[in-house]
Parts: sequence; structure tokens; C-alpha cells
Amino acid sequence: MVKLLLLTWRWLDERLGFSSTIMPIVRHPVPRSVNWWYVTGSATLMAFILQVVTGVALATNYVPAPSGAYDSLHFITSQAEFGNILRGMHFFGASAMVVLVLIHMTQVFMTGSYKYPRELNWLSGVLLLALTLAMAFTGQLLRWDQNAFWSTVVGAEQAARTPVIGGILTKLMIAGKTMGGATLTRFFAIHVFLIPALIFAVVGLHLYLVIRHGVSEWPRAGRPVHKATYLSEYDEELKHGEPFFPDAAWKDVIVMLLVVVAIIALAVIFGPPHLGKPADPTIVQAYPRPDWYFVWYFAVLALSPPSIENLVILGFPLLVFLGLALIPLLWPTGERSLRSRPWAPAVVTVPVILVVVLSVEGFRAPWSPNFAALGASPLPAAVQNQLDPARQKGAQVFQFRGCRACHAIEGAGGHKGPDLGAVGDRLTPAQLTTRIAAGGGGMPAYAGVLSPAEMQVLVDFLQGLRSPNREPAGTPLAP
Amino acid sequence: MSEQPAQPQQRGESRSTLSRRRLFTRVAVGGGGLVAIALAVPVVGYLLGPLFDSTPATWADLGPVDSFREGETREAELSDPSSLPWAGETARTAVWVRRATGNDFTAFQVNCTHLGCPVNWLPGAQLFLCPCHGGVYNGDGTVAGGPPPRSLFTYKTRIRDGRLQALASGLQTV
Repeated sequence: MVKLLLLTWRWLDERLGFSSTIMPIVRHPVPRSVNWWYVTGSATLMAFILQVVTGVALATNYVPAPSGAYDSLHFITSQAEFGNILRGMHFFGASAMVVLVLIHMTQVFMTGSYKYPRELNWLSGVLLLALTLAMAFTGQLLRWDQNAFWSTVVGAEQAARTPVIGGILTKLMIAGKTMGGATLTRFFAIHVFLIPALIFAVVGLHLYLVIRHGVSEWPRAGRPVHKATYLSEYDEELKHGEPFFPDAAWKDVIVMLLVVVAIIALAVIFGPPHLGKPADPTIVQAYPRPDWYFVWYFAVLALSPPSIENLVILGFPLLVFLGLALIPLLWPTGERSLRSRPWAPAVVTVPVILVVVLSVEGFRAPWSPNFAALGASPLPAAVQNQLDPARQKGAQVFQFRGCRACHAIEGAGGHKGPDLGAVGDRLTPAQLTTRIAAGGGGMPAYAGVLSPAEMQVLVDFLQGLRSPNREPAGTPLAP
Repeated sequence: MSEQPAQPQQRGESRSTLSRRRLFTRVAVGGGGLVAIALAVPVVGYLLGPLFDSTPATWADLGPVDSFREGETREAELSDPSSLPWAGETARTAVWVRRATGNDFTAFQVNCTHLGCPVNWLPGAQLFLCPCHGGVYNGDGTVAGGPPPRSLFTYKTRIRDGRLQALASGLQTV
């Protein structure tokens, strides 16, 4: 039996060339200084493989047409065996891939591993970052709920801002003049065939380059990269190196295992992202938000001054990718150690802080009106209880005229305009009337909307809103 | 892997062998290029198809004139003329219709001119509010605040047999 297996193996090996061709690659020497920081690439690759596997599985039940997409997602989530967990894994896998690509790039940047002769490793990596983000964007749209639908519109409208060819790009993106039957199939094909094929190709190139140039040695201060000497120095280093498998690879495998376990755990604990209402362009009550990794950009779009907005929408991504691409071309040689590149951590930290701050702002979205506050939800009891009948009327006007979409009282309401909980401290009745009638500072003018009587009761109501330390709660308010 | 490397040309070998090999190289590379073009023309043309969509804009029904009250703005629905059979809900789209006085109608595209989110009409405030980046429009579609670069897009309207119609022309963008 053993003999038969051995014979079969020899027969296969002779034809596959496993021992003669594959094994030398698997066991190629790597520097002994390779450590736990070197696992980030494998972790990213693992996330990608997980996305391919879960994506193929999900595709067996997904219907890529507007008439069926949402129902099929519902089926996957609530009925299909393991469907809920698979969708969750695909979502957290996507998040993991975005995060791990960035961590991997940070690690390569910090260790200066993009320098000669590994410039193309970095450049193909930048391309993979772009493709990963494209996957993240197109993937959200396949969810085909209201959020997905309107996010696609926002994406198309951004493309429309491109000078000269904006209209053409938009038509190509949504596959026609309107969002419809052809849009979703196009995004589906891009998400499951086109971009994955490109990622496979570029990952292939990336890995080939890793084998060709070898894994960079851990940087040491005072050992700058010179084009003339680096290759021979590296060869020297490899002479007392260790085989990639298993001496270095076991760390990669452990981390890959952790990635998979973590993603499955997240999928089981938190489940897949919530499916909103089905995509329906006749329902305008939507609150479109991107998935978390693009929320910072959502904030950028809301906060950039209109005068330079086109520049931000088009120029900013271009600038980021151009900047990333230029790094190895402008600094192909020199010191790799952080001790000689003290600015490197700053180059990483500043954008990270910016993205975190913008993301927090994007989740708060104070610029968005609070439609929920416009319904029947009453003012906070603390405010309500203080009101005499006259000021009750003012409160009704405040509610009916939609003031609360943008203004909060005691925290309840929108945050586009200032909180009016204590506006009586700041503004006199005359100032209030002027501000409401004429608008200004982002507020629309209400002169043509409010009747004089409404204005009167509204101003009375607002005037009475004082901070507790001036008029302690419970004491009767001055008329 | 038993690939035989091409033997270098022997000294004195006739020039015709060399030019034969050059010819073969050119045939292989050129032929490959032709294959790529032959494949690319139909595929790229197919993918660029939406650019050549020449479906004419058509008048679409918004409902009876009487269903819109003077001085009010309300939502109506519009059918997409070029919609595909599997478009589902996306075959129809919302329109904000404002009837100022008499037969003075304005049909607004619901998409905010900033980046396309659907604006909501607040009758109390007489304002359109965008849920995304803070755009605000007056009842006549002009910008009242926020980032929008221009007033709301409108569709051409007309009245036929007591019914309001709009010229459905596809998504209008800045």
C-alpha cells in the first residue's frame, strides 16, 4: 500500500516537477532578520482568498437583477444554510482586506522595503489598494437596498464631475441614462469577474516579484541602500539565511489562521450588515450612508467648500494615488531604518488621524437634517412641562415648520444649526425675529413661510428657552 | 521543464535563416496583436453600448391635473422609457411636482444637484432637504443652503387630456 502511494507520488512528481521546481521556491532562503512584522502581506492574501471563497458561494444564490436581487439577499440571510454567516464573513472579510492592505502598506513604508530593487512590488501593491477599494465600493451596491441604490447614484454623480468626459463616465457606470436593470448587472460583472481577475493577475505579479527580489531584510541604521552594492549585500545576507518554509512561513500560517478565525467569529457574533428597505427610486425617504471604510470620504464630500469641491472630488484621490506611486520612484535608495527617517511615522500618523476624525464626523453627520425629529416625536418632557399655553403654540410652530430638522432643543433634533436649548440667553426677541426672517449662515429665510402671528409665538417660545443656571428648571419662566 | 533554448545563429549560416526567424517573430507578434484586436472590438463595443443608447426622451404620465392642488408640492411617479424587463422597482422614479397657481407646474428631479441623494419636501418649512451632505432648496428649487452648486433639475411638463406629463430624459447631472 505504502509502496503504491510512493509510486503514485513519484509518477506525479516526475510530471508535475514539484520537487524540482516548486520546492526550491517554497524553501527559498529568506534573511534571518525576518520577524512577525512580515506577516501582514500573507494576512491580506488570506483575506482575499476568503473573499473569493465566500463570494463564489454567495453567487450561487444571488440574483443580479433589480427585480430579484433584494429577495435573493433576503433568502441568503434568513433561509439559506449558513447564508447568514457567509454574508457576514464576506462583509467582515471586505473590512479586513481594506484594513490589512493599509496595515501591510504601512509596514512596508515604515521599513523602507519599497526601495531598490523592490519598487515594482510597491507599485503593484498600490494598484492592489485601488482594486481593493473598487471591490469595497461595488460590493456595497450589490446589497441593493435603498442605501446601496442611492450610494450608486452618489458614485455616478461624482464621476459626472469629471471635466469633458464626465457624462460619458456616468453613462458607462450606470449603463445608460438612468439607474435601472442594466446598472446592477454591470456592477455585478465588475465585482465578481472583472476586478477579481485583475486582482488575481496583480497578486500573481506581486508574489512573483516577492520571489524574484526576495523578502527584504530588517532595516538597520547606517546601512543605506545603494544601487551598486545592495544586490551583493543581500546575497551575502541570504548565505546565512533560513528557508522560507517552514522557518518563516509558520508565522504567516498562524496569522492567516487568526484572520480566518477572527472573521468567522465576527460573522457569527455580529452577523451580516443590515439590509435596509429594498432599492426603490420612488421612495425618497432614504438616508444613504457608505460602509464604514468610506464614511470619512462621505464627511469630506459634505465638508469641502463648494468652490473647490470638484478639485476635492477628482483631485484628491488622484493626488493620494499619485503620491503613493511616487514614493519608490523619488526615494529608491538611502536609509531604510526609522532612526534615519523620523518623518516616516508622521507621514503615516497624520492621514490616520485625519481619517479617524473625519470618520467620527461622518458618523455624526451634523450637516444632515434629522427627519426622525420631524414626526410626532414630542419635545423633551423637561422642555414641554415648562410651557404655558401661549408658548405651547410656539412649540407647535417650531415642530410644524420643520425647525427641528436642523435645530435641537436639549439634544433632541438635528445638529446642522446650533442647539436652541438656551437660545434665550444669547438672542433678544428682535434678534431672533431678524435671524428667522432673513436666515443667513446656512439657514434659509423664513419671512415668506411664517405668518406674522406664527413668528410672534415662535419667538416667544424661543425667548423662553434659557439655561438652567440662569433660570433653574421648575421656576416659572419670565413671560 | 525541458525547454530547448534557441540555438544561436552559427557564423556563416545563411542570412535567409535569420530573416525567416525574424519573419516568424513578426508573424507571431503581429498575429497575436490581430487576435487581441479581433477580440477587443466586439467586447469593448458591447461594453460601451450604453453610450450609443439613442432611446428618445418620451412624455410620461404623472397623473391627472386635478390630483395636484394649487400651492402644493407633492411626490409623483414617472416611468423610465428605456427600462428593461427585469428593472423591477427601478423602472419608475419619484418626481417632486409643484403646482404654484393655475396650470403653472414644475416637475423637479428628486436628485440633489450636489451628489444625487433624494431630496425630501418639508411642507411646513416649504423647503427641500437633502439627507446626505446638507443641501437645502427653496420651494421653487433654488438653493437655500448647503453645498449644492445649482438649483434642482426640472423636467419639461405639458398637459394632455387633463393629465400632467413630464419629458422623461434620464438622470440629469451637473
